[in-house]
Amino acid sequence: MSEPLLQTRGLTMRFGGVVAVDGVDFALQEAELRCVIGPNGAGKSTFFKCLTGQLPPSAGDVLFRGTPIAGIGSHAIARLGVGIKTQVPNVFDGLSARDNVWTAAARVAPGRIAEQRTDQAMERVGITAIAGRIVGQLAHGQRQLVELAMVIAPEPDLILLDEPAAGMTDEEVDRLVGLIRELNQRHALVVVEHDMQFIRRIARTVTVFHQGAVLIEGDVARILTDERVRDVYLGKRAA
Amino acid sequence: MSRVASHLGNVVVLIGGLGALFGLPALAETYLIINATIFAAFAILALSLALIWGYAGILCFGQAAFFGLGGYTYAVAAINFGETTSAAALAILLPTIFAALLGYFMFWGRISDVYLGVITLTVSLILYRFVNQTAGEQWNIGDAPLGGFNGIPATPILNWPGRPGDQLAPENIFSLTVGLLLIAYFGCKILLATRFGRIIVAIRENETRAELLGYDVRLYKLAIFMIGGALAALSGLLFANSVFVSPTMFSLPVSGQIIIWVIIGGLGTLIGPLIGCILMQVLTNQLGTLNQVKGFAWVDPNLVLGVLLVVFVLLVPRGLTGLATDAWRWLAGLTRRRSPAAAQAVQERTSNP
Repeated sequence: MSEPLLQTRGLTMRFGGVVAVDGVDFALQEAELRCVIGPNGAGKSTFFKCLTGQLPPSAGDVLFRGTPIAGIGSHAIARLGVGIKTQVPNVFDGLSARDNVWTAAARVAPGRIAEQRTDQAMERVGITAIAGRIVGQLAHGQRQLVELAMVIAPEPDLILLDEPAAGMTDEEVDRLVGLIRELNQRHALVVVEHDMQFIRRIARTVTVFHQGAVLIEGDVARILTDERVRDVYLGKRAA
Repeated sequence: MSRVASHLGNVVVLIGGLGALFGLPALAETYLIINATIFAAFAILALSLALIWGYAGILCFGQAAFFGLGGYTYAVAAINFGETTSAAALAILLPTIFAALLGYFMFWGRISDVYLGVITLTVSLILYRFVNQTAGEQWNIGDAPLGGFNGIPATPILNWPGRPGDQLAPENIFSLTVGLLLIAYFGCKILLATRFGRIIVAIRENETRAELLGYDVRLYKLAIFMIGGALAALSGLLFANSVFVSPTMFSLPVSGQIIIWVIIGGLGTLIGPLIGCILMQVLTNQLGTLNQVKGFAWVDPNLVLGVLLVVFVLLVPRGLTGLATDAWRWLAGLTRRRSPAAAQAVQERTSNP
């Protein structure tokens, strides 16, 4: 098998006595689409934070195309071609939607080309109509879309989406599903999501997190019918 | 609407600046010209904080440090060099390097906003204390005595470049200061419209997002902090030419004053702090003479300034520019209410600013 795009080995993140991520071995191939599920507090978002340099891992390695990236800083990791939509939208609240996306595009492209990329990204996500609106005044779903446009504008090789469908209307979710499929033709994606309907629509391979560790990993149909997954995830949710 | 305010600001500065530049030296007496020079020098200081606090979100409580360093560097260098052109260049350069050093430790150390304010304030107060005790010959730098709390009354006046000893007249200093103020103002405007400036504003809005997009926030902050330091140093250099350098340049009242100008004028604009600075200076001067009038002896300028600050923080948190924008909007609403179509347009614009 070729070298994975992203690989973690024994990735561990401790906060005092709490182990949020516990020895995770994870591998993602080029242009793969992976869904990550797990109950609240399973360590998914912390895992993402370790991948993007927002948190320096307590132990273990993170390799991007074979290069170790653990602890090199968020901006350096972003420059290698990693884009992330965080769980709580991280946007520039005081700026217009277009200025938000422009800031993302301007990092990778100069002048006129940055402007073009901005317009393209906004069109792909379908937020051209709200280009002039101040992002702080938008609905949660729309803010998610603005952040999504910011993530795809620089065309990163790896896109991490943390609960992208939260707060979206049905039409917005439909558009998101189409967009994820389209993005996956050229980019690798890791999507964290709670909405099982949504997972069923996009997933092929699913990784299940439980108490900071990988519980099980495999084909979506098999995972969603697995006893243990039901116990830790669906079971708990129903209870 | 804010764009209208911004253009309005440009026009006000340009007309006001050019008017002062050509009108005042012809009409006013020397005393007034020197006073106006001090105002203009302070306005550049206000601009320095308006830029780094209002646009980069860096609440620097110690702009006085760069202001004082600029003044002292100029005075000491000018006395030693015997001419002022290179001294003036050094007066900008040295504080900028100092800002780079200080900024490096603060931004690479990931100091949070509150501590950044405390550290910068402390630095300016350390310098204040230090310079205050520099009386005596052991504190001479070359031919220049630092002079302790007396400062350097013999601060040389700028000479024409290449003609040592040929000093500028007060009118020339005034024109130079107002000219530099105009250049600084429009320079900041242009800077903020560039890619760098837009990213600075984005960083103010959300540092984490800027990092996650691949921007090294520390570098950007350091750069804007250095520009703010250079502007404050320029202000100190011009102040030294209209008064003379003394330790009060580093003092707490100066640091505090700059923040008051910015708050009263309006944080997040350039024109606001500039107007706030000049208004407050005029007010302080007027209050200073008022207590000689019978029955007003109790008036203390600092007390009035303090009350004014409290009033603004509580009632007009967006400052004079915010007040002006609201008034403008209200007037526009009044005049357009007559036709329903126009009223709708106003409504759309306010819901869609």
